[in-house]
Amino acid sequence: MMKLIKRQSTPNAAEPKQASAAEAIDRRTFLRRSSLTAGGVAAAIGLAPSMVKKTEARETEHSTAEVSRIRSVCSHCSVGCGVVAEVQDGVWTGQEPAFDHPFNLGSHCAKGASLREHGHGERRLKYPMKLEGGKWKKISWEQAINEVGDKMLSIREQAGPDSVYWLGSAKHNNEQAYLFRKFAAFWGTNNVDHQARICHSTTVAGVANTWGYGAMTNSYNDIHNSKSILVIGGNPAEAHPVSLQHIFRAKERGAKIVVIDPRFTRTAAHADLYVRLRPGTDVALIWGMLWHVFKNGWEDKSFIEQRVYGMDEIRTEVAKWTPDEVEKVTGVPEEQVYEATRMMAENRPGTFIWCMGGTQHTTGNNNTRAYCVFQLALGNMGVEGGGTNIFRGHDNVQGATDLGVLSHTLPGYYGLTEGAWKHWARVWDVDYEWLKGRFDQGSYEDGDAAVMNTNGIPVSRWIDGVLEDKDNIAQKDNLKAMVFWGHAPNSQTRGTEMKTAMEKLELLVVIDPYPTATAIMQDRTDGMYLLPACTQFETYGSLTSSNRSMQWRNKVIDPLFESLPDHVIMYKFAKKFGFADELLKHVQVNGEEPLIEDLTREFNKGMWTIGYTGQSPERLKAHQEHWGHFNTTTLKAEGGPLDGEYYGMPWPCWGTAEMKHPGTPILYDTNKPVAEGGLTFRARFGVEHDGANLLAEGSYSKGSEIDDGYPEFTADMLKQLGWWEDLSAEEQQAAEGKNWKTDLSGGIQRVAIKHGCAPFGNAKARCVVWTFPDPVPIHREPLYTPRRDLVEKYPTYEDRKSFYRLPTRYASIQAKDYSQEYPLIMTSGRLVEYEGGGEETRSNPWLAELQQHMFVELNPADANDRNIRDGDMVWLEGPEGGKVKIMAMVTRRVAAGVVFMPFHFAGHFQGEDRRYKYPEGSDPYVLGESCNVAFTYGYDSVTAMQETKVSICNITPAA
Amino acid sequence: MAKMKFLCDTERCIECNACVTACKNEHEVPWGVNRRRVVTIDDGEPGERTISVACMHCTDAPCAAVCPVDCFYTTEDGVVLHNKDLCIGCGYCFYACPFGAPQYPQTSEYGARGKMDKCTFCAGGPEEDHSAAEWEKYGKNRLAEGSLPLCAEMCSTKALMAGDGNLVADLYRERVTRRGGRADVWGWGTAYKG
Repeated sequence: MMKLIKRQSTPNAAEPKQASAAEAIDRRTFLRRSSLTAGGVAAAIGLAPSMVKKTEARETEHSTAEVSRIRSVCSHCSVGCGVVAEVQDGVWTGQEPAFDHPFNLGSHCAKGASLREHGHGERRLKYPMKLEGGKWKKISWEQAINEVGDKMLSIREQAGPDSVYWLGSAKHNNEQAYLFRKFAAFWGTNNVDHQARICHSTTVAGVANTWGYGAMTNSYNDIHNSKSILVIGGNPAEAHPVSLQHIFRAKERGAKIVVIDPRFTRTAAHADLYVRLRPGTDVALIWGMLWHVFKNGWEDKSFIEQRVYGMDEIRTEVAKWTPDEVEKVTGVPEEQVYEATRMMAENRPGTFIWCMGGTQHTTGNNNTRAYCVFQLALGNMGVEGGGTNIFRGHDNVQGATDLGVLSHTLPGYYGLTEGAWKHWARVWDVDYEWLKGRFDQGSYEDGDAAVMNTNGIPVSRWIDGVLEDKDNIAQKDNLKAMVFWGHAPNSQTRGTEMKTAMEKLELLVVIDPYPTATAIMQDRTDGMYLLPACTQFETYGSLTSSNRSMQWRNKVIDPLFESLPDHVIMYKFAKKFGFADELLKHVQVNGEEPLIEDLTREFNKGMWTIGYTGQSPERLKAHQEHWGHFNTTTLKAEGGPLDGEYYGMPWPCWGTAEMKHPGTPILYDTNKPVAEGGLTFRARFGVEHDGANLLAEGSYSKGSEIDDGYPEFTADMLKQLGWWEDLSAEEQQAAEGKNWKTDLSGGIQRVAIKHGCAPFGNAKARCVVWTFPDPVPIHREPLYTPRRDLVEKYPTYEDRKSFYRLPTRYASIQAKDYSQEYPLIMTSGRLVEYEGGGEETRSNPWLAELQQHMFVELNPADANDRNIRDGDMVWLEGPEGGKVKIMAMVTRRVAAGVVFMPFHFAGHFQGEDRRYKYPEGSDPYVLGESCNVAFTYGYDSVTAMQETKVSICNITPAA
Repeated sequence: MAKMKFLCDTERCIECNACVTACKNEHEVPWGVNRRRVVTIDDGEPGERTISVACMHCTDAPCAAVCPVDCFYTTEDGVVLHNKDLCIGCGYCFYACPFGAPQYPQTSEYGARGKMDKCTFCAGGPEEDHSAAEWEKYGKNRLAEGSLPLCAEMCSTKALMAGDGNLVADLYRERVTRRGGRADVWGWGTAYKG
């Protein structure tokens, strides 16, 4: 074990800090001090958090230098736990609990409790490196930018801008994510994406198309108010451990917990009812539950009448899902389905939590919409303790999604239409025609859609952008350069084909604090670069946690080694490509670092759709300084300078910062005025469909001057309502001809809210999404299924010629029966110690020690059938030929016929240990096979999410 | 005087291992030595429970009773500490301890034992408080600066509690009352047959 800290001798031991008599003490301080005398106690639940001690002078074992305590936010998952870092002489010497922080109250999981290692870790990518003749060679930043830049410019010249793929990251802060999307636009491509595509894209699409916004509706803290909690396809005890603190608070107040999962997870171990379903049958099970709801008349009839469209069509589909049929398809017996339904129906409000188990399917968008429909039927939406609490993955995946690091939209979900580009061109103050000229000219589609208006290739399919025949791709040429900017490749399927794709590229670039599996899983000898980015603790900025709260994260230490913040690297490339001045026209650049606060202010100016406009850097910093002022259930500041505001101003935080909107803690909650965080369902899908009214009927937010549904606000609507004169002269000038999304003055939003109305209208949520392949969510068997008897009745989709620019197979794969050679269903998931692709966490010895082997969980029956003992090495092979050599963990956690693998490992490839391929000293402590080498083809019908939660395999002993 | 105790509420422990890495972080405990670990009962089956275990700082500590060089001592706060200068690494305390708390660093390829290491309740050792020698041998001394063990302070679900035994008991009692049932701490069923 290396010594992480230079241990200095301290001649004079420090005195314990004593309180002076006059000093007011809070309860926390009291408890701390009393531990010396009367005795103290840690882990005080439910205490009003108090201020964490400010910077103080204190001598420690490490140094006599002053200790500064810096407030930051954990960079692992989306809970957004507060962190207190102790720094001396620029060295991260201590980590203290952030008892004040409203989300975690000082708590952490294994990952959060080991964050300080970031300041000391040696297994980092330290310098820019270049692969030359199969050897890593250290080069300068200048050489790296010049060589990579020149190659990209030559590819751009020959094959067009779409042949360079910019893969961004949920690890970027908001400012970097925003700049990254803008950067890709200036390069002239929509071939830009990030982790949201492969974690919750089906959630965002499904949920936004149901009621307006595709995000968590309530918050982790609001779960305190739930009387029932349903978790499906999620294992928060491992993926979001601190959320369990909030779930347990509800449980201890009597809430019932139902966990539905193919695997008896650590979350299930704490449930009142655990229901085991066959992977990939979520819609069938949810409709089976709704069958009981309708049969017993448990639906909320007045809620449905006032605020829901299309429930009758759901009833028709649900009627087919009798208890017998549900058991046949899902494997869940009627009494369990009934009991789960009864628990939810009799204990309202109830919240509905889901994660990747629901989203990562060819039918992911059907699953997420079915979950929403269930909550609508029970009237659980827009209320405290209810909602769809969708736990996002990475710390800033919500922010990176909101800021449009996606191949199908610009920041703020504006899409890629001409109007969207014109809106952002105005915000950016650049010429629209110039922007358009940056893209390939002509059209890739049968119609005449310009390239800039055409969806790019999603990250889940980038390998097909390289490997597919050029004539079959709806773009000028294949992908020739790939930039992995903060993204692990092992979270994507079809690992063997990915290796081939990586080798076929002309240029492969990794920009990351770690080399990642990209550096070692291919056998290139040249044309590859690794550029060291620093972590979020080595820079600063805002991030958006799962509950839509925006938090400000301070810099803890300076960038280590030769690493640089992402936005500095973006600036270097922009300068090389000649558009740095245009890209940062209204952003101060200090040396080569664009000013973070100016970037925040710039997206504040354009993000009207989702209310990313009110959270100015000044307000965000004030919220950070007053962590302890916010109620830990409601998140509302009680007294003090931020009185009435919600922590982190959860979006939508309407209007300009000057308007001081408090943020919206619970989406669609009509019990509050919009000005105080209330909301209606968004009028996003028109005012009527097939003759039926889509606007709300008799339901409106508190204090609304329109006592019924209404469409989204436009300048004309203000005039019709006689509210136009409420705008100032300047606002009128800016608002003329515009709507609530495009009025850059914010006047339309301000006036709508002044009259108690939601700027985006007041409509019904819809159960039927007529623009989707399956308007009413239906069950379809996975592409690879052992249940051949169900394929005819529940077939997958027809193959598609062009979907996100690529031919996409469904029926042609499902047509072939692989179930004899590959009889086991396989699924995947997380371990608490690791995150994402795992390079960062497997390089942290405090975490790596706890999980040293990649493994597969299999049931004793399946193990005995194959003569496999616990701890044996086995080969697991998928139907497309990818295979992994891993350790067997024999356990009843999985049912007979189902196996589970974690997805955080990399470094071994089909039996080969490739540690030797890492640049010296940058290999993670723990390596292992990536489960996605065995995982297979299959993409969601709306978002191209990859199907990583159900495929099939066979397992044999490894001799 | 306070008598320091740990209590792990198994209704809340989710085996997230925050206590384990918090300890590693605070004391820079080397790979292979675990002052605290999480034990799982009935892994993967109904009734699965986990419990975080470290030195329980026993009142009548078996480790101290068997130690041939008498290196153990109990502080005024009821924390059981030991003197590494006296320890001979014999391993008797490991036999005696009901919790498997004593740990030994691997000091050579032949597995010879180094001096025993264990949880100090974040209270250092016999060296001067906050001295380099104390840090080198025993890790941080949080108690001396008015803080409690970091494992409990950082527990994800506030399952692991640490502090004066009476206060810990009060807190736990309050929780159990709120749950409205009998004490469902792990082991109750074994001891009292449901």
